[in-house]
Amino acid sequence: MTTSLGPYASFITTSYALVAIVVLLLIVWIAVDYRTQKARLRDLEASGITRRSGRGATDIR
Amino acid sequence: MTLIDLANPTRFLSLTARVLPWLTAATAILLAAGLYLSALAPDDYQQGATVKIMFIHVPNAWLSMFVWGVMSIAALGTLVWRHPLADVAAKSAAPIGAAFTFLALVTGSLWGRPMWGTYWEWDARLTSVLILFLMYLGLIALWRAVDDPSRAARAAAVLTLVGAINLPIIKFSVDWWNTLHQGASVIRMGGPTLDRSFLIPLLVMAVAFSLLFVTLHLAAMRNEILRRRVRSLQMMQASRVTLSNEVGAA
Repeated sequence: MTTSLGPYASFITTSYALVAIVVLLLIVWIAVDYRTQKARLRDLEASGITRRSGRGATDIR
Repeated sequence: MTLIDLANPTRFLSLTARVLPWLTAATAILLAAGLYLSALAPDDYQQGATVKIMFIHVPNAWLSMFVWGVMSIAALGTLVWRHPLADVAAKSAAPIGAAFTFLALVTGSLWGRPMWGTYWEWDARLTSVLILFLMYLGLIALWRAVDDPSRAARAAAVLTLVGAINLPIIKFSVDWWNTLHQGASVIRMGGPTLDRSFLIPLLVMAVAFSLLFVTLHLAAMRNEILRRRVRSLQMMQASRVTLSNEVGAA
């Protein structure tokens, strides 16, 4: 197993760290967006606005 | 459930709720396996340990083009078949594709500095990928600029199909022009030229990143469907307020 990353270790670790950060940001953005949309739908339903089908807008199962 | 059933957003949401936990688990396991195999991979005789950047650079580069390919198929779905989920699929994929393209550019740059002696060179491969990144940003801006999703969908679909011309240019740029970037070493006539000790971790990481894309894309599509429900309910709410104001005034 290679344990030393050699003279260019900073380039390698920066690459992996950047990928991890961007992927994490994507995951967090999508998770926060999901909660935001569900909260908006709940608020609208609570104010008496319902879908034409009569089904709950937040019910996705 | 047949493919045609997925045209129904409610059924699509139901399917997404069932498959997302499994996809998330499979992605996490494959990513962990890919990272483990990447750590075990030997140093290259010329590049040393910097070859490890390949295991994240190449999957991101492949996905940057693959995601545009997915968006192009979705664009056909919007323009030709008017599939209700086609624009949802394309719009949800764009930010994820932009992120993969950004990562391909930055990790390539960080790999290029120690190997080529420069972070950037205006050669055909690097420039065409930069153009792809700018096209992703342009599409995202277009979707945000137009309020009506159906109008934005048609314009974005046309732009996506025009932009697809860039995909073969990116793929064959290393063959058509003299570039600093190396030629194809995995997807090529005659098979891969990479040694198995590099090829296996690379393929595992490529599958892991592809699964990551599928997982994030389905989750983003679910969000976009909910966002469109919010919009239609808000419009119903606004029309009720207008109607009650008119009745009150009369």
